[in-house]
Amino acid sequence: MESSRGQVTGGGAGGRPFSRRWFLGAGSASLLTAGLGTGLTACGSGGGAGGGDGKTLTAFVYGDDAVKVQQAGVDRFNKSAAAKKAGGTIKLQKVPGSDYSPKLRTAMGSPSAPDVFFNWGGGSIKPYEEAGKLVDLTDIIEGDPVLKDGFLPSVLAAGDLKSRHYGIPMRGMQPVILFYNKAVFAEHKLQPPTTWDQLLDNNVKLKKAKITPFALGGSDVWPELMWLEYLVDRIGGPEVFKRIQDGDAEGWGDPTVLKAAELVKELIDDGAFGSKFTSVSYVNGGAPAVFARGKAAMHLMGSWEYSTQLGKFPDFAKADLGWAPFPTVEGGTGDVRNVVGNPTNYWSVNARTKNKDLAVGFLKDCASQAYAQALVDNGDVPTTSNAADLLTSAPNPEYAKFQYDMVQKAPAFTLSWDQALGDGLGTKMHTEIGKLFAGQSSPSDFVTACKGLK
Amino acid sequence: MTVTVEKTPTARKGPAHHASRTGRPHAAWALPGVLFFTFFAVVPMALALYLSFTSWDGLGDPRPVGLDNWRKLLDDPRMAQSLWLTVVLTVASWVFQTVVALLLGVWAAGRQRNRAILSAVFFVPFLLSSTAIAILFYALLDPNFGIIQKDTLGSQSGAFLAIVFVGGWQFIPFHTLIYQGGARQIPDVLYQAAAIDGAGRYRQFFSITLPQLRHTITTSTVLMVVGSLTYFETVLILTKGGPGTDTAILPYLMYEAGFKTYDFGYASAIASFLVIAATGLSLILVRLTGFGAMRSTREGM
Repeated sequence: MESSRGQVTGGGAGGRPFSRRWFLGAGSASLLTAGLGTGLTACGSGGGAGGGDGKTLTAFVYGDDAVKVQQAGVDRFNKSAAAKKAGGTIKLQKVPGSDYSPKLRTAMGSPSAPDVFFNWGGGSIKPYEEAGKLVDLTDIIEGDPVLKDGFLPSVLAAGDLKSRHYGIPMRGMQPVILFYNKAVFAEHKLQPPTTWDQLLDNNVKLKKAKITPFALGGSDVWPELMWLEYLVDRIGGPEVFKRIQDGDAEGWGDPTVLKAAELVKELIDDGAFGSKFTSVSYVNGGAPAVFARGKAAMHLMGSWEYSTQLGKFPDFAKADLGWAPFPTVEGGTGDVRNVVGNPTNYWSVNARTKNKDLAVGFLKDCASQAYAQALVDNGDVPTTSNAADLLTSAPNPEYAKFQYDMVQKAPAFTLSWDQALGDGLGTKMHTEIGKLFAGQSSPSDFVTACKGLK
Repeated sequence: MTVTVEKTPTARKGPAHHASRTGRPHAAWALPGVLFFTFFAVVPMALALYLSFTSWDGLGDPRPVGLDNWRKLLDDPRMAQSLWLTVVLTVASWVFQTVVALLLGVWAAGRQRNRAILSAVFFVPFLLSSTAIAILFYALLDPNFGIIQKDTLGSQSGAFLAIVFVGGWQFIPFHTLIYQGGARQIPDVLYQAAAIDGAGRYRQFFSITLPQLRHTITTSTVLMVVGSLTYFETVLILTKGGPGTDTAILPYLMYEAGFKTYDFGYASAIASFLVIAATGLSLILVRLTGFGAMRSTREGM
């Protein structure tokens, strides 16, 4: 649910917002799973790690629009020589996005657990690793040239736990980018801010013109988190959150976190997000619409904002959507090239699978040229090492190139905090962030509350 | 499931035949209901109670932790806030729904023109799913593109009023139906006698209709109170407990503990607390109103 961000909450591919079609699809899919689930298991045909015979492996995937890339991958693999050699096929089970995390959790505790499953790496798979339910893929990857050289090393590492690989990258990269409305900027003679002072300066001019500086889907909370992630990185560098991620709750007491919360508070009090942002949502298309219609000048959002806009407001996306890195903060030590967001999504393998060769064979397909090309065609930027050559065929090569360079040149790519902390802590942190943005707690209350999270 | 389905026909044949002779249903008639209730209510409740004494993240086995979760229930400041919000929500919903449903129900019990058609129209909201209603109102309340372009769901009072209103919109039709039935049971002679004594419409309403509806009010109140304690979908969709934690009522807190932080032990403790509170409240209500004594409203008539 919204404990995970962007993709999860987005309800659509890489956060593509809910559409009526999505709702209908999700609704019927849940009905089917609910209705058929019991029936299938009773008949003994419900595959999975516990009940399967090793011939058909189940793969759980986040069921949004981008799932067609995975479906094509499965179809291709099932016909391949590798599948025949391993003696089986993969069956893709598309789980409606908003239900994905709880559904995976309950399934993994049951006999009908999936053999392979989609996840966000890091904290999102930590409980599974601790429960001994994951295959450690480190040796498999090291020993296989296709997997070893197939992906950008930083992306592969971003999904790690204790420096061991548990996942294979399987979707596009999703850095958080500062989007701006070129038309609004041109009209008011503004430049994308490169420093915090410029950002504040822009805000003054925009407010004078009765334009909200930033669109913000505050009712979802995770878009609010993006502000803290970047501010903490720019002020104190990636090490500040790294310490928290590694389990030291005292890390919240770093002056950087307080400073970031104070800057956020100033923005809110200053009206940088308008007066209604706590009831604006990203997932239902509210915030993107405010942005595309020029009511707000900028939008700090994951890279999926581009495809969201392309789907909802294609003219805006093609003509007026601009993008820029997050500005520096004066006196801050963080590198302006640092990136926050989701490096990508990963496939992990259930330790109880009956056919590990088949599962691993399937994972190798994600490093293939055909798989990367399918991602590019879908508007995503693959994390494979061959991606740069494919980007010219992307729907918007300029944007794809910007994203790819941004990630490739980044000295640090901080995984979204909620994903890095996992569902338990992540959800509790969301609550505190929601209270900070809603004005229910002060920056120092926020720091105190976060230090007490466990 | 299978057990219940197979048992039903066998249970039906013998006793049904028997019942027609004695005029009293055999206890076996209750079997499907009892089995259903056991499998889908009693067993899960017992499991939840057991889980409330364990720590369980949904993977592996639950680990017994004694009273830890219950102690946390007492200490958690969010629990205190949720409990207060739940009480406020329950009271506000009761006032809103009872007043409107009572008036509508009494009106619908009359014989005005077009009454039947209007009653049918009023009943429609109850036929829609809570989720559909919540999604509809969420769209209507959108601050930028809805019909009320205010920050309704972004302030505590606004979000709360929205939840009370949407809940009322959905459930008032049901309670109207109960009141309509109750009002129709009131003998006409009472009104005729009152009219002879010179009582006006308001006097008749307060001296006859309201006292005669005493038991109906109790029934409806118990349903409303228990309903408010388990009110969930609307909150999940409209506010997600927000802004901040301003509308995080108990069932939402339970959902969050269970399915967002995967602390199933604590979630079970909250759930068990809700069951106990709801049962206790309905017992108290029934006792206080004399409903349990089964005295007729028509005693002495």
